[in-house]
Amino acid sequence: MPLPKISTVAGTGVVIAGDDVDTDRIIPARYMKCVTFDGLGEFLFYDVRFDENGRPKAHPLNDPQHHGATILIAGRNFGCGSSREHAPQAIYRYGFRAIVAESFAEIFFGNAITLGIPCVTASRTDLAKIRHAVTANPKAKLTVDLVQQTVELASEVFTASVRGSARDALLTGRWDAIGDLLDAQDLVQKRAADLPYMRPNLVPAP
Amino acid sequence: MLLIPVLRMGKTLFQKVWDAHAVRDLANGQTQLLIGTHLIHEVTSPQAFAMIRELGLKVPYPHRTFATVDHIVPTDRRTVPFEDPLAEAMIKELRANCDQFGIRYFDIPSGKQGIVHVVGPEQGITQPGTTIACGDSHTSTHGAFGAIAFGIGTSQVRDVLATQTIAIGRLKVRRINVNGRLRPGTYAKDVILHIIRKLGVNGGNGYAYEYGGEVFDNFTMEERMTVCNMSIEGGARAGYVNPDATTYAYLKGRPYSPAAEEWNQAVARWTTFASDPDTEYDDVVTFHADEIEPTVTWGINPGQAVFISESLPDPKTANTEERDSLVEAFDHMKLVPGQPIKGTPIQVAFLGSCTNGRLSDFQEVAKFIQGRHVAPNVKAIAVPGSQAVGAVCKELGIDRIFSDAGFEWREAGCSMCLAMNPDKLVGDQLCASSSNRNFKGRQGSPTGRTILMSPVMVAAAAIAGQVTDARELFNA
Repeated sequence: MPLPKISTVAGTGVVIAGDDVDTDRIIPARYMKCVTFDGLGEFLFYDVRFDENGRPKAHPLNDPQHHGATILIAGRNFGCGSSREHAPQAIYRYGFRAIVAESFAEIFFGNAITLGIPCVTASRTDLAKIRHAVTANPKAKLTVDLVQQTVELASEVFTASVRGSARDALLTGRWDAIGDLLDAQDLVQKRAADLPYMRPNLVPAP
Repeated sequence: MLLIPVLRMGKTLFQKVWDAHAVRDLANGQTQLLIGTHLIHEVTSPQAFAMIRELGLKVPYPHRTFATVDHIVPTDRRTVPFEDPLAEAMIKELRANCDQFGIRYFDIPSGKQGIVHVVGPEQGITQPGTTIACGDSHTSTHGAFGAIAFGIGTSQVRDVLATQTIAIGRLKVRRINVNGRLRPGTYAKDVILHIIRKLGVNGGNGYAYEYGGEVFDNFTMEERMTVCNMSIEGGARAGYVNPDATTYAYLKGRPYSPAAEEWNQAVARWTTFASDPDTEYDDVVTFHADEIEPTVTWGINPGQAVFISESLPDPKTANTEERDSLVEAFDHMKLVPGQPIKGTPIQVAFLGSCTNGRLSDFQEVAKFIQGRHVAPNVKAIAVPGSQAVGAVCKELGIDRIFSDAGFEWREAGCSMCLAMNPDKLVGDQLCASSSNRNFKGRQGSPTGRTILMSPVMVAAAAIAGQVTDARELFNA
């Protein structure tokens, strides 16, 4: 399955304030009552963006100046909690194509990379600068560069790293592992043969 | 001539299980890891099956995937079809997918339905030395048996269905010792809340947690599950306890456990997976049991917790890095900095979830609530983690003890832990909860508030109508 190689993402940014932003906040559980991921984008950060009567609250995602932003800027441990892939799916379907944060929760990170969303980390100090600049000028253009491992903002260049395996996967267009995994079915069979609990006869009849 | 001694460093259980399941190294440095046991439920699997169909893939090991329905099931009225058409559509989809691909499904009429992390162990599907994955972060629960168990996303659910493997990077291992003996009135829930409070909600990022020490040696399997369950709340994708006689005694005779001559072989094999005594860990952290008191969260993540005797922190005295988080938490929780948590009025009490919805949780609470009653202004619900747990509670008369005390005794499911079914907080109700997450809006109302605690503390709060030290209320 040929996938596009992802080396840079350029666009405007929007800031999601705070550390430890969990996936329940990114997509509240009630919007997971669905059998497809279609349409999840509109419920992104729903309870932070709208009040209980569905009226928009003051939130950067409701600010028309941030309309069309493709880079999400977050804090420490972004995406903690539930393993729901609905979270990065909602982020992607809303229109984001990269996330810059101080750090990411493990499961969220893997889910996002599998969808081809680069998750890059920057220092707390640099993130504060990026946040400030993007809030001050919503039209400021950002470039996330996976080759250089930087985030460019106007004339400033910040160091931004991506874990080796994820960077490689994005740059080579192998971020969705299914193709690679399907390639080794004979090896899987061999491995399974060494594991007694994998034997079909050990599973009782229903 | 000098003889150079060969250094034979021991291995951790994590390394041994990993090595036994590693299929190959992938180009990007990750490992293609065989997932021996795959658990699925209605929320995170439908899109995976859709992808399988779309890509024209097969499911080559259907006997290694097990399904149940838990997140969206109503716990009060089980009339079918469900009143909520979305819930009905999801359960139908799961049923159809399991039928099409020949996957074992513990449906409601089977009497074996329940929260996936309660069903796996009680059926004997969860076994030592295995790899387990499920589209649910609390899959770490199964590590209690000496398995390496991960929560995965839906694309990875697809990967497991289609290949029985996932692409994943190796984790480091942090050994967490809890030595000594727990003080009376202090439970497994307090141990894990304390660990998360001390190591942080992201402290486990990149690690598997290996729990050990006297406290874990003495713990029952259900207590070990409570701790492993919340590993992910500390940022650790997996958590485990080395298998021992307690593990084997629990598994013996369960429906999916090895039987007859297979049993002894299995135990002999399982024993080999335990971490070697001369293992060097990537990190070691040691706690003493007597430093742990009944613990309750007060904020909006599981690390924001205090002992029941303590006062709440004050953002004014916190460092700049933490201040914003504390202010945000106080703002949501409507609590006052510096005040004691004890005495905070509650409106709802929830007893259940994959953290604390097992038989021993209800048995322990039943000891204390007999002859007492839930406070008049509190709605208290008790939700068994599985139909099997519910059935044993009925047999033992535990359901009656709860009903007599003013709890609503419900049918099995995830219920108000994440409120995907009709069990939800209303407005800014404050809930004393035996579940695992106190995130904003987690229990179904965007302004709802959650205080996590042990089941006995939940019962004490329900009876007193406020957050209470159960040791004082129950003279324990």
